[in-house]
Amino acid sequence: MSSAVVSTSAAQGRPFVFEVEDVVEGRPPQRAFSGAFKDARLAGVTPASRLAVRPAPEMVSSGIAAMDALTGGLPRGCLTEICGPASSGRTTVLLAALAAATRRGECCVLVDAGDALDPQSAAAAGVELERLLWVRCGESSPQKCLEQLLRAADLLLESGGFGLIALDLGDLPPQTARHIPLTMWFRFRRAVEHTPTVLLAIERQSIAGSCSSLLIKLGPQGKWIKESTNSQFPAPPTHAQLLTEMEITAELVRSRLERKPVRSAEKTRFQSFNVSRFQS
Amino acid sequence: MFACIFVPNFPVAAVFRVEPELRARAVAIFEGKPPLEKVFAVNESAGRVGIAPGMTKAQAELCSELTLRPRSLLQESAAHAALLDCAQSFSPCVEDAAADTAILDLTGMESLFGALPEIACDIFRRAADLGLDVNVAVASYPDAAALAAHGISGVTVIPPGEEGESLGSLPVEVLFTGTSEDNDEQKESARLLATLERWGIRNLRALAALPEVALSERLGHEGLRLQQLARGAASRTLVPVEAPAVFEEAVELEYPIVLLEPLAFLLNRLLEQICARLASRALNTQELRLTLELESFSSFNQQSAINDQQSRPKRFHRTLRLPIPMLDAKLFLKLLQLDLNAHPPGAPILKIHLAAEPARPRSAQGGLFQPPSPEPEKLELTLARIAGLVGEARVGSLELLDTHRVEAFRMRRFMPEADSKVNRQKSSGEEQSVTALRMFRPPLRVTVTLENGELARVVCTKKKEVQGSVLWKAGPWRSSGDWWEREAWARDEWDIALQNADSVALYRLVHDLLGGGWYVEGSYD
Repeated sequence: MSSAVVSTSAAQGRPFVFEVEDVVEGRPPQRAFSGAFKDARLAGVTPASRLAVRPAPEMVSSGIAAMDALTGGLPRGCLTEICGPASSGRTTVLLAALAAATRRGECCVLVDAGDALDPQSAAAAGVELERLLWVRCGESSPQKCLEQLLRAADLLLESGGFGLIALDLGDLPPQTARHIPLTMWFRFRRAVEHTPTVLLAIERQSIAGSCSSLLIKLGPQGKWIKESTNSQFPAPPTHAQLLTEMEITAELVRSRLERKPVRSAEKTRFQSFNVSRFQS
Repeated sequence: MFACIFVPNFPVAAVFRVEPELRARAVAIFEGKPPLEKVFAVNESAGRVGIAPGMTKAQAELCSELTLRPRSLLQESAAHAALLDCAQSFSPCVEDAAADTAILDLTGMESLFGALPEIACDIFRRAADLGLDVNVAVASYPDAAALAAHGISGVTVIPPGEEGESLGSLPVEVLFTGTSEDNDEQKESARLLATLERWGIRNLRALAALPEVALSERLGHEGLRLQQLARGAASRTLVPVEAPAVFEEAVELEYPIVLLEPLAFLLNRLLEQICARLASRALNTQELRLTLELESFSSFNQQSAINDQQSRPKRFHRTLRLPIPMLDAKLFLKLLQLDLNAHPPGAPILKIHLAAEPARPRSAQGGLFQPPSPEPEKLELTLARIAGLVGEARVGSLELLDTHRVEAFRMRRFMPEADSKVNRQKSSGEEQSVTALRMFRPPLRVTVTLENGELARVVCTKKKEVQGSVLWKAGPWRSSGDWWEREAWARDEWDIALQNADSVALYRLVHDLLGGGWYVEGSYD
């Protein structure tokens, strides 16, 4: 018995091991093929059912314990979508993920379509700024921003070596974001596959379709707190109180990582960073 | 044992090094001020069509097959530096005998590089890699090696004791090659050569066979020295030099270049030469300096002497700084191309000068358990490409400034490896989730309606989403700073929840106390 590595179709792109049976001289091969299937390269093709199950991707912390409990973390080598309307906590989740990744010592990228990152928020969230590459698109029209974002993301995925690549499409109108062809998302999914990179996209509505392995929908709870929770400092006068906490909900809409029914929405509560204003 | 590397027809070889496609053509190098330029050196093909040194440029131009190039001292200097680099890559003891000759001491090098013939062949190959066609000779004495290199083309290895036999067939003129440009010395050499010719001495074997006393009586000490050289027995100590770590290449163009594509073609050659030289010295580079001499448009308007002064060529400088020492000609070319695309020279190019700052190679070993990080070479290229897309100032890492002013940060070069150890210790803190602000750049100017002194309604004409009645508010938070400077600021901040058509969103509303305007600075998300 011998084995040979045969390239598969472009759709799969990965080599599989095909078992090729030895042909005894003067006798036909044990497995007979007819017509076009007489090609020796196809001899002994393993049925798809017998192929090895794709290993589950490695999960890393999203930086928020409640989110990790809901989703199991963020999968490496996969596309994760976080969508929701304005003030739904998308950027908070993004910064938490960036903070967790940079704390692990990984290099991260934020491709910012709307040039919306607040450096103070990022620092307050614990992002190690020297490990974060910030690509600021968005000097001109939304279409131009989108084009810049896609090309930059493509280059970064091709370059490799990043722990997390985040695409911030949060400010793009849904009708503009929908202009991204689905083939581009397939391309991104293929590029990130089998790499230790987490590809994270935040947007208003889900646009990657079946290309995303994890889809989380966020929404505001409608409860905002402005009292100071820091006991180190005396409570400020009412007029000097700013937003300190907000509550948001997270719903796991789709997960291709495990063969389980999707769980219902769970509530997640985030603390506010505005306490730090009193320290400054 | 000593080896000598000799570059025949050095001025032509220096030009061939930069323009290798000229090797198959008849080439003449001219020098002098117009209109009195004269042919200075020719290659073999040019000699065959009747071109000889000393002809005027106008005479040489009559030959249609001939390619003329001006003599470039910078190219010759680069070729000489390449010759020394080649020699130094085999031995630390190198004598810079002449612009076209280097002699190196090979004592003890057999254990490193193999047998002497092997070393000679390696030297020949290394020189070819550096763009030089050389003669290499190995002998027991430096002068014997030099004579063999000057007289015999290719690689020559003279076994010890056979110097006289090996050099015997060389013409006596070889003894006088490489003499200095001093007129007196040249006259003396010519006189000695004429004397030997009168005696019928045509080759070194005949000179070596002359009786020493009779030769001394007629030609003096110089005659004995020449005889020792002819016998290949003249021994002396090498005068070693340390080649300066200057890596520069230049090319002067016959016609000005306008497009970047042909420029990239020439840059590729220069980069390959520089990288080969750096590799021969086991060095990398961390900085590339490109200087382009540009054609001045005022040269077309030669109206006065003032215009002549102005028509001096402009220089265009670009410096490529790399985060770590690298040595990859293709990568450098891509980076230079991207840089020139972003910053075009703006005028036709007459001359290209490229210099590399040498640096020791990076010594780093990747660990199995280290977190993923991008390869520096790939990252540099990716960053350059992204900078070409979004702009140089819009890609990099963040650095916060020590001030309370809003948007107090600056972009800096992304260098993730710089202080990883410090951060690893620092990063052991607990996780914290904070409410993030999404900035609107520039801030959105809004109209605010007050009811009973309280915020009631916000209207933004630029962004329809940012308008509605104020559902909830917190503030104001008053702050000011830099009042002692022109860029003083003072503001009141509110955090507000706006009820839009079907949604509620949180924004940061700012009242500029100095300018008087109301702005929405960002949204909490």
